[in-house]
Amino acid sequence: MEHLVHYIYIVSAALFVLSLKWMNSPVTARRGVFAGEIGMLMAITGTLLAHQVFNWQWILAAFLIGTAAGIPIAYIMPMTAVPQRTAMSHACGALAAALVGTAEFYREPNQPKYVLVALMIETLLGFLTFTGSLMAMGKLQEILPQRPITYRNQNLTNLGLLALAAALGVRLVLVPTDTWLFPVFAGLSLLFGVLLIIPIGGADMPTVIALLNSYAGLSACAMGFVLDNRMLVIAGALDGSSGLILSIIMCKAMNRSFTNVLFGAFGQIQTKTAAVEQRPVRSASAEEAAAILEGSSSVIIVPGYGLAVAQAQHKIRELFDALMRRGIDVKFAIHPVAGRMPGHMNVLLAEADIPYDRLVGMEDINSEFSQCDVALVIGANDVTNPAARNDKTSPIYGMPILDVDKAHTVMVIKRSMRPGFAGIDNDLYYLDKTLMLFGDAKAFVSDILKELPVPLAAAR
Amino acid sequence: MLSNLETALYVFMLATFLGLEVIRKVSPLLHTPLMSLTNAISAISVVGAILITSAQGATLLSKVLGFIAITAAVTNIVSGYLITDRMLKMFKRREKR
Repeated sequence: MEHLVHYIYIVSAALFVLSLKWMNSPVTARRGVFAGEIGMLMAITGTLLAHQVFNWQWILAAFLIGTAAGIPIAYIMPMTAVPQRTAMSHACGALAAALVGTAEFYREPNQPKYVLVALMIETLLGFLTFTGSLMAMGKLQEILPQRPITYRNQNLTNLGLLALAAALGVRLVLVPTDTWLFPVFAGLSLLFGVLLIIPIGGADMPTVIALLNSYAGLSACAMGFVLDNRMLVIAGALDGSSGLILSIIMCKAMNRSFTNVLFGAFGQIQTKTAAVEQRPVRSASAEEAAAILEGSSSVIIVPGYGLAVAQAQHKIRELFDALMRRGIDVKFAIHPVAGRMPGHMNVLLAEADIPYDRLVGMEDINSEFSQCDVALVIGANDVTNPAARNDKTSPIYGMPILDVDKAHTVMVIKRSMRPGFAGIDNDLYYLDKTLMLFGDAKAFVSDILKELPVPLAAAR
Repeated sequence: MLSNLETALYVFMLATFLGLEVIRKVSPLLHTPLMSLTNAISAISVVGAILITSAQGATLLSKVLGFIAITAAVTNIVSGYLITDRMLKMFKRREKR
């Protein structure tokens, strides 16, 4: 049985790879989840059967509590809260890895040096990801302020703290018998996680969530080195590389570097320049907006985080249906960083039963704006700002944007003229072709729906 | 013969490159479910937590830390797989009328 478990682990690892491979298309994705489940079940069962299990009461109780907590999280959580849930599960995963590392250190501090190095990396990453993810979750849940919290010499303090934690880690590797240093090391890692995330603003959350995902994976991977378990190494490396790729995609979509996201405190500096002179805008009523939509033949809807806040996805789906029934071509333009985590908008719109072949990514949709009659922006701001293309002085200059300003008519549903998250004024709103629709996204879309006359085709 | 460290480093290197290639092909549509799926997969650290807790002569500290670790990891496994499946069920190509 001792040998058999290694073969079981190999099959599990293969299933995890397949699981991710099948995620490449929505058609096979559910098979991927199934493969992952089987892989996990085999790994757990194999582990329990291969070793003589002491303290089974502890293990059983933990399994029961974990399952009892996991099921309601999966089924009750509304889709708008998915970013928070993701941050929470990064925290849980990282905590598990960090605690296993801690227990292993106290069980036997005198281990080969490379094991201790891996153990320090495991616990450092685990603890900082734990508190960092909790902070991210607090920001996403709006318990904590979404604006960056900054103070003087912040980066210096943070880097100093990290260096101190790393130095303690090195010391513990060299002199592992100094076990009293370990709690200090763990405490510094926990503190660093908090300080790392508080200066990061809400709009940067997609990158940060992806990065924390990567750290949690790497922590599990380091555990594989500590416990000499290759399957852990593979599963952790897969998670680590997934988080890395997602954060690179997010950074590219904002034209920013990792260091800039982590140490730039975006949204803070710009508030100073946000004092903009009043410029005239054209606004329109729901009735006028409905008439323009009615008369168009193609519409591109641009959703953003505001849509999630207003919970407007189901109303938008009604609008989508009403327009499609009139033979109007409706598509959704999805910017990679729209929302608070990678793919956030797609999940929200899919939840509202909008078919996924109508959700089009930035690179594919941008050429279509010039042929489209109406671009309807709902709750998106910075990702539509033409200043990113034209204005070299703008803080978002160079960021890839959706070319909304190329549409014949632009309509923007917005609560007020208050600048968006980054505090940057959006030139799009002052164009002659732009109509501002002031109001709550959900309420305004309902009003438009009321103004759309019942089409003849619906009487069939 | 390769030492344990060397073999593990080979495995790590290959798994990272494989991961990068596989994940690169994932449709941007599914980035949110992808993240919850990888989360569930990385909760494989439950294996380590079980080994720590179930060891003969485990100290109270080991048992308590292991217990918390298993609970956290199992929460991730259960909620991660279930919510990924719940999300994926929502992705439909055509309207059924």
